[in-house]
Amino acid sequence: MRQINIIFQRELTSYFATPVAYVFIVIFLFMSGLFTFYIGGLYERGQADLQPFFAYLPWLYLFLIPAISMRLWSEERKSGTIELLMTLPVSTFHAVMGKFLAAWVFTIIALSLTFPLWLTVNYLGNPDNGVIFAGYCASAFMAGAYLAVGACISATTKSQVIAFVISVVICFLFVVSGFPMVLDFFQSWAPDVVLEMISATSFLTHFNAIVKGLIDLRDVVFFVSFIIAWLVINVVVVELRKAD
Amino acid sequence: MESLIEVQSLSKRFGGLTAVDNISFSAKRGDLLGFLGPNGAGKSTTMKMITGFLTPSEGHVSVCGHDVSRHAMKAKASMGYLPEGAPAYGDMTPLQFLTFCAKTRGLPAAEANSAIERVIEQVQLNAVLQRPVETLSKGYKRRVGIAQAMLHDPPVLILDEPTDGLDPNQKYEVRQLISEMAKNKAIIISTHILEEVDALCTRAIIIAQGQLLYDGTPASLEVMSRWHQAVTIRVARQDVAKVNAAFNNADYIKAVETTAEEEARTTLTLFPEGTQAILTPVLSTLRERKLDVDEIIVEKGRLDEVFRRLTQNYEMNRSAGK
Repeated sequence: MRQINIIFQRELTSYFATPVAYVFIVIFLFMSGLFTFYIGGLYERGQADLQPFFAYLPWLYLFLIPAISMRLWSEERKSGTIELLMTLPVSTFHAVMGKFLAAWVFTIIALSLTFPLWLTVNYLGNPDNGVIFAGYCASAFMAGAYLAVGACISATTKSQVIAFVISVVICFLFVVSGFPMVLDFFQSWAPDVVLEMISATSFLTHFNAIVKGLIDLRDVVFFVSFIIAWLVINVVVVELRKAD
Repeated sequence: MESLIEVQSLSKRFGGLTAVDNISFSAKRGDLLGFLGPNGAGKSTTMKMITGFLTPSEGHVSVCGHDVSRHAMKAKASMGYLPEGAPAYGDMTPLQFLTFCAKTRGLPAAEANSAIERVIEQVQLNAVLQRPVETLSKGYKRRVGIAQAMLHDPPVLILDEPTDGLDPNQKYEVRQLISEMAKNKAIIISTHILEEVDALCTRAIIIAQGQLLYDGTPASLEVMSRWHQAVTIRVARQDVAKVNAAFNNADYIKAVETTAEEEARTTLTLFPEGTQAILTPVLSTLRERKLDVDEIIVEKGRLDEVFRRLTQNYEMNRSAGK
């Protein structure tokens, strides 16, 4: 735990030591505002809730989260610091956890900075704050899922650009896996069990369920186990590829 | 004395390529091993396996009695490592970086502070403590890497090219530092500089194409040189023929070669038969024949020549055998 904490602190500090953190936060807040007010029409809907914000968040995350996760391991591999890190008395598991948690906490910080939206709807009406809180929790979990994928992909390559592109593609597949256009593709030849499995892996299905206020333990379990699975793969990938 | 580093029939293969081929050696307290070898010979790969960064294809490494594969944490804790190119986190200042390393090493706060102060003093980092590592010169980066390796005062140090990129003064200081530490540690350094091995190391290990070609003292490596005990003299040009006549048939001389020519002076080197000292008979012969000599030098042996002979002959034999 102590080792995870040390890596966590180093990583989190390094976000704020460079302009990365500030650029990310400003763009995230600007874009989420844009989607919420202009495209989502928060005012025009005349409803005191944050549905327009949450509805576009998966798509905003699709590009912004891989931008955070792409450097996690590929930068270490490119600069050779991975050799240093892996020869300090730190296990691969500690390093993977520390890095993931730092990135996750950072995205949660960015997410929580959207609180003016929450203040706005509370000022304008009487929203169900329980649902909004559930929406924020779902967003945090979904960000974690994106990050777990991105961190793992980042460990496979020295190039941050490749890590970014592949992470976006894989995350996109997990976002759309519940969509008819994807399911249609499999419907003609795959058995129903496979079809159900594919649609069950969709971020959107689970995310939307929680955002609507239906907190089902299964949706939470999905995100948690999804994150754990990708982190396990991450540990394996780092072990295999660290010296390449 | 206990052996701090034990390397047993270590091999590493990458696909079809054998980078390290069945290398064994050991080092005890007080040993300072110099790894020598052409680029790509397997020096760094061997070091990476000793530090546990790479898993060996075959063989075992133990450091301070801990098997590097099975008790990785204990082994890592008992050594300091400067990886090739001295990587460090660019966004951190040396002070932050050393603090991070001290924390991962588990040093308690007070001890960490005094350790950081000590290494900063030893490698003279005071001037750059608050500057991000990525803005530092190559020499300072290298020193940050060395500082990090010796932070927890480990019994074993593995330094991959510790003096690369340093200017002559810095090289001298780092060498002083390493030889001071060597008294109660086992240290392995890799280098391209043969003089460094001669000046610093208690043992030289030559590796080429993944195999260990030589393991012994730098002095005995010099003995292998044809220049060992050779006598170089500088004489007037018209005396060259006389010198040749005097020494060509002497039984203690193997060969006489002209090694340099100036306008009026010629430098000749007399190579001995075997490894015997020939200065005394050479001097008496010169006196007998009344030959005047400007300069006379007894050669110690040339490491670069031995190195070339060992590694190139080896490579030639390998390719001839294929």
